[in-house]
Amino acid sequence: MRLRVLFEKQGALRYIGHLDLHKIWERSTRRANITLAYSQGFHPMPKIQLASALPLGFSSRAELVDLFTVADMDPHQAQAQLQAAVPSGIHIHSIEVIDPARPPLQVETAASEFEVDISEICPNSDALADLQLRLEHLLIKTSIPRERRGKQYDLRPLIEQAKLEDGKVLRLRLSAREGATGRPEEVLAELGIAFEDTDIERSQIFFRSTEVSL
Amino acid sequence: MHLTTPEQIDQKLHKILPKVTKPGRYVGGEFNSVVKNWAATPLKASLVFPDIYDIGISNVGLKILYDILNARADCLAERSYAVWRDMEDLMRQHSVPLYSMESHHPLSQFDLIGFSIPYETLYTNTLNVIDLAGIPVMSVERSDNHPIIIAGGHSTLNPEPMHAFIDAFVIGEGEEVISEIADVVLRHKLSDGSRDRGAILRDLASLKGVYVPLYYDVDYHSDNTIRAITPNQPFASAIVTKRMVPVLPPPPTKFIVPNIEAVHNRISVEIMRGCTRGCRFCHAGIINRPVRERSVQEVVEAVAAAIDSTGFEEVALLSLSSSDYSNITELVKAVSERFADKHLGISLPSLRIETVSVDLMDQLRDRRGTGFTLAPEAASERMRRTINKYISDEQLLETVREIYSRGWTTVKLYFMIGHPSETLEDVQAIADLCKRVLSEGRKIIGGRARVNAGVSTFVPKPHTPFQWVQCDDMDQIRQKQDLLRRVLKDRNIKLSWTVAEDTMIEAWLSRGDRNISRVIHTAWKKGVKFDAWQEERKFSHWLQAFEEEGIDPSFYTHRTRNVDEVFPWEHISTAVSKKFLFQDYAMSLKQQIREDCRKQCYACGILPTFIEERRQNPGDFWKCPHVKPKTETLAVV
Repeated sequence: MRLRVLFEKQGALRYIGHLDLHKIWERSTRRANITLAYSQGFHPMPKIQLASALPLGFSSRAELVDLFTVADMDPHQAQAQLQAAVPSGIHIHSIEVIDPARPPLQVETAASEFEVDISEICPNSDALADLQLRLEHLLIKTSIPRERRGKQYDLRPLIEQAKLEDGKVLRLRLSAREGATGRPEEVLAELGIAFEDTDIERSQIFFRSTEVSL
Repeated sequence: MHLTTPEQIDQKLHKILPKVTKPGRYVGGEFNSVVKNWAATPLKASLVFPDIYDIGISNVGLKILYDILNARADCLAERSYAVWRDMEDLMRQHSVPLYSMESHHPLSQFDLIGFSIPYETLYTNTLNVIDLAGIPVMSVERSDNHPIIIAGGHSTLNPEPMHAFIDAFVIGEGEEVISEIADVVLRHKLSDGSRDRGAILRDLASLKGVYVPLYYDVDYHSDNTIRAITPNQPFASAIVTKRMVPVLPPPPTKFIVPNIEAVHNRISVEIMRGCTRGCRFCHAGIINRPVRERSVQEVVEAVAAAIDSTGFEEVALLSLSSSDYSNITELVKAVSERFADKHLGISLPSLRIETVSVDLMDQLRDRRGTGFTLAPEAASERMRRTINKYISDEQLLETVREIYSRGWTTVKLYFMIGHPSETLEDVQAIADLCKRVLSEGRKIIGGRARVNAGVSTFVPKPHTPFQWVQCDDMDQIRQKQDLLRRVLKDRNIKLSWTVAEDTMIEAWLSRGDRNISRVIHTAWKKGVKFDAWQEERKFSHWLQAFEEEGIDPSFYTHRTRNVDEVFPWEHISTAVSKKFLFQDYAMSLKQQIREDCRKQCYACGILPTFIEERRQNPGDFWKCPHVKPKTETLAVV
């Protein structure tokens, strides 16, 4: 059975990367006494799929993982068992049963929305107005050439939406398709903001067809 | 000024963690970690493994103490580790003191800090941890406001090199004494939260198996050898004898599950403590006597409980010599049957070189990719007799044939060079044996056969039969390693070795006296740390430190000791007598073998020291002979 888990990733788990999160789900599932299906072959691997990777240091209200179990089970029962078995920092919002024939999560994911808390760097209206101006200048551009890990790329088409809200949140909707993933800290760098001076949280993941949100 | 509250520390961490490699090392929050109410718990203990998290998280010794202390309502125990250089630089720059994983309190706010120091190359890190916590590194400079710092672990059976930095050492096994230590510290906590340091150290010194260096004086001869080590207080005993738990308590099962990849991600269950083989180079084999086994049922139940509580995918059944566990066949059968469908990797280290071992590993379906490990340690007949690890070439080759024919493609062979009286012929024998093993493999599986030869260098350790001998010097070591590299050129034989500099550092530190503590301090001030990490080695700093302190390093490493020389560890007893050790050393000079002491007791000294414990704990789980029950004194009629 394919179970889709929608969960929060907070606290100490902000500093845990994608591969490690994979392992956390593998072990949590074993602790929850739920048997995962394994791949065939010389090195059988448990069947776990995570959606788009979350950069280190960010929290999230909308992470997704698909767990493929050997036995069919009631999703509410699975949620209760799993919640007791995950490390602190993971909070499970819901579990639903998914058609196993649907494409992998990574393929379905189209975009991510991030909320950037800018209250520390914009303590007053002048700073805010200044940021608003810089944001507008950025969005006017048709191309934003950047380099990341030695690779040239254009950041502009990856920014689907960027707006300031309530004077303390910068809301970013960035592409999260395979091979075309926008990173919030790259946008912040273009705005002259050190991302460690902000709090960044993923708030939604958008699918090609449907939308996952809280 | 250092930050002092967990909230201040967390705020700063938010800014610095994104800049370091593997920030998950520094945040805690792991499954099975224990967070107790800070304000409501009177005694706060910090347990530290002074290497990075990735290594320290798997340490079983600290896990045992963590469980014991946290089980007490009046005590909490939290963990800390050394931090990597990038994190240290940022912490110092931002005045973040070393803090605990669980509650992020600074280490300086704990009552007690306990270091586990299993090997000597953690000494400089230990100083660095104390300093990063904002605590004076010198014991004498600490006041009632500073935590009491204790240390234990294999390397501290010679505590003297670290005597200046550690307030009290635990000699031997910690399961019982840790609670006694906690009681002492609690008893002398003052109303303002500080501790009556004088009273604590005095009471600690009165505990069995606790060594407080402050209460001992060392007198030297004019040639810098030791004349005598004597207590300077009536409550300090002349000889500190190690602690030993007569029955192994239930093994820990609620292992802390790291959120990041660690060196060992696994459940470790100790099936047996101690070893009866008597290999003369082996420190662990002497200091962990007597042999005590856990029952098959206890081990299997512990594995089951640990799988449920951790979700780990690997299990290691630990001991110094798995093959010697009385019911090893039964254990392997039970484990492999019970957990067959769990997708578990089960490892069984330290198997004897015999075909039965191959059967055992086959039953565990140990992953074939990893190779099959054998540790002959020496390759010539003469050396094998000298070190008392005897095995015939034929037996080894028969085992190897079995390994290759059962599907393994790589045989890993562990050897040591530098055994006492070793010549280049003995080293050549290592190379010859590796080639013979490979050619056996070729006959069976052709070109896929591989041999990995790991050749380390022997360091004569305190409390062993070889404590009187000297080490090879760097030229000798290099000459022997050059020979191996020259002769073992086959691309299917992978040779690895320990660089001579690392061996020297290990040797100075393990054989050192009190004077070495000055060298450690000076070396650390020059920036030496992470001595166990080859890429971090700063050998020239060590040499400079010796020079600045006016100490000749070869005094410690390249000098055969007189029979009656007083060792720096003379006042520390493992309960194995010096007389027995010397007798064994004398036998090695004549290449005489002493067989497994399960078959015959050689009176090493353990039984007389722990006779009461043995009497009260009869049974075959303990591998020393039985002693007669005490008879009531007959009244004279």
